[in-house]
Amino acid sequence: MNENLLKKIDWLILPTIGVVFCVLIWSLIAGKEVRRETTDEFGDKVTKVQRVGVSADLPSPAETWNKSKPYILQPFAKRGELDQGILSFTWLSLKLVAQGYFLALLVGTPIGFFLGLSKTFSKMFDPIFQVLRPVSPLAWLPLGMVLFLGAKLTIPGLGLTYSASDFAAIFTIAVCSMWPTVLNTAVGVRAIPQDYLNVAKVLKLSKTKTLFKVLLPATLPYMFTGFRLSLGIAWLVIVAAEMLTGKPGVGGFLWQQYNALSYSHIILCILTIGIVGFLLDRLMSIVEAQFKTA
Amino acid sequence: MALLQVKNVSKGFGPKLRRTEVLEDITLEIERGEFVAIVGYSGAGKTTLMSLLAGLIKPDSGSIELGGREMRGPGPDRGIVFQNYSLLPWLTVYENIALAVDQVFPQWTPVQRREHIDKQIATVNLTPARGKVPSELSGGMRQRVSVARALALNPDILLLDEPLSALDALTRANLQDEINRICQEDRKTVILITNDPDEAILLADRVIPLTAGPRATLGPSIPVTIPRPRSRTLINESYDFKQTRNEVIDYLLMATDKRQVAVSKRLVLPDLLPEDLNEPRSLIGTKRRPRRRSEQRRETVEVTV
Repeated sequence: MNENLLKKIDWLILPTIGVVFCVLIWSLIAGKEVRRETTDEFGDKVTKVQRVGVSADLPSPAETWNKSKPYILQPFAKRGELDQGILSFTWLSLKLVAQGYFLALLVGTPIGFFLGLSKTFSKMFDPIFQVLRPVSPLAWLPLGMVLFLGAKLTIPGLGLTYSASDFAAIFTIAVCSMWPTVLNTAVGVRAIPQDYLNVAKVLKLSKTKTLFKVLLPATLPYMFTGFRLSLGIAWLVIVAAEMLTGKPGVGGFLWQQYNALSYSHIILCILTIGIVGFLLDRLMSIVEAQFKTA
Repeated sequence: MALLQVKNVSKGFGPKLRRTEVLEDITLEIERGEFVAIVGYSGAGKTTLMSLLAGLIKPDSGSIELGGREMRGPGPDRGIVFQNYSLLPWLTVYENIALAVDQVFPQWTPVQRREHIDKQIATVNLTPARGKVPSELSGGMRQRVSVARALALNPDILLLDEPLSALDALTRANLQDEINRICQEDRKTVILITNDPDEAILLADRVIPLTAGPRATLGPSIPVTIPRPRSRTLINESYDFKQTRNEVIDYLLMATDKRQVAVSKRLVLPDLLPEDLNEPRSLIGTKRRPRRRSEQRRETVEVTV
């Protein structure tokens, strides 16, 4: 076997086998529509449509594809206020995530620096962070709602309006996705070799100069690892945030389709969320690679 | 008046109960324009001594004066070359040196600074590599950048902390010659800390041995009378060189011998019997586990009567 073929197997054939395997299991579990003709007590023929299977209501891969086709082929088509097309919804979600995510970076990075630099600060706040870190987004959201109850902000220049639920969603995304940035930045600051700090000391660099010329560049690789993990979590939180606030978006669409009993679209939404998350992660790892120093 | 005066400096580390005194009663005087080498064992406290001179750590007792003034903290009046280069990996050769020059000579015009930096890079023969980052350079080249950065500060005194010990023998010899040339060109005041007596004698005017730690201290200074310029090839045959080298090594060995103390220890002999080759070897289970004399309850010895 030549090397090219081996590579093809690695990159193309093996993942395909994996996908086929999963779809197979899915179709085994999924329900099937069965038409049964029976005669009732009056002697009339009656057709009964029933779903049978391990999980009777789970749509099969074929059904999912058939129902999702219009959404995939016309991803921006607006069919109503509650159905604006899967990619339009994704775009709305991404905008919300971006706001929460950048807020998280803005707040998380300095906190990480303080944690890494100051033992006092670290001892004071680290226990709180460790307790808050594992709290689920579902728990933060109601708090956000209470926190911003009745808040309203209009930015006339951009035509943006923020209501309490917007604030709550952004707050939740920020709080949940902040921790990897905080912790990785702190680790990065603590991992700065003493040599670099000695250079700063010997040259008598000022505090600000030390921060921007030595600490920040030395921590960048760690920070970007944190940023990447944070982005993953921010995207993870979006579904929960949109479900609870009822904001339009891919998560909200998912929940509304569940309520509308169109289960195929749940799977479509899940796949969309997964693919977008994967693309975001790839994007961040490309950015991250730019900042790797020896 | 000596440029650098170190008086009765001691330094130890650790909490009170488990404290190790690294350096004790270090006294050292260095004149302007002198090249002094301090030779000592690995782990004797050479780097601690260098950190003290650099001002990165404070002595427990005693005083260090530079140019007649008590030394407080690190500063650019001492150019330091660390053993592990300590270049910032995200900056190019030029930028690494520029960071130092911009900080120390803010009053210069940008053109002056650039010329100064380029001159330093040329001094260590790195002009072709000025735009490269440290990871693209070899160990020897990195150390040259480090030397150039130290020189760029126009320091009163140049501190070299085992600058060559991480390099291979050939690069090392090359850099020794280069350091020799640079330091002789404008008679710099240099303290070189090294674990190689040959290197010390080749470069220095005076060699001071540092006894083994803990409680390391400086021995008497041994002047090197070999005339300059010293050639690496001729020096090996020089009688003076051998003489000085023996003196340094003898002192270091003697100082170690003196502190050797007899320690009596209980001797535990291995309690193992030869393997019994008659027993079958097996992969599963441990049939042939080691036999110990202490475990043997009975022994059959066949005797012919």
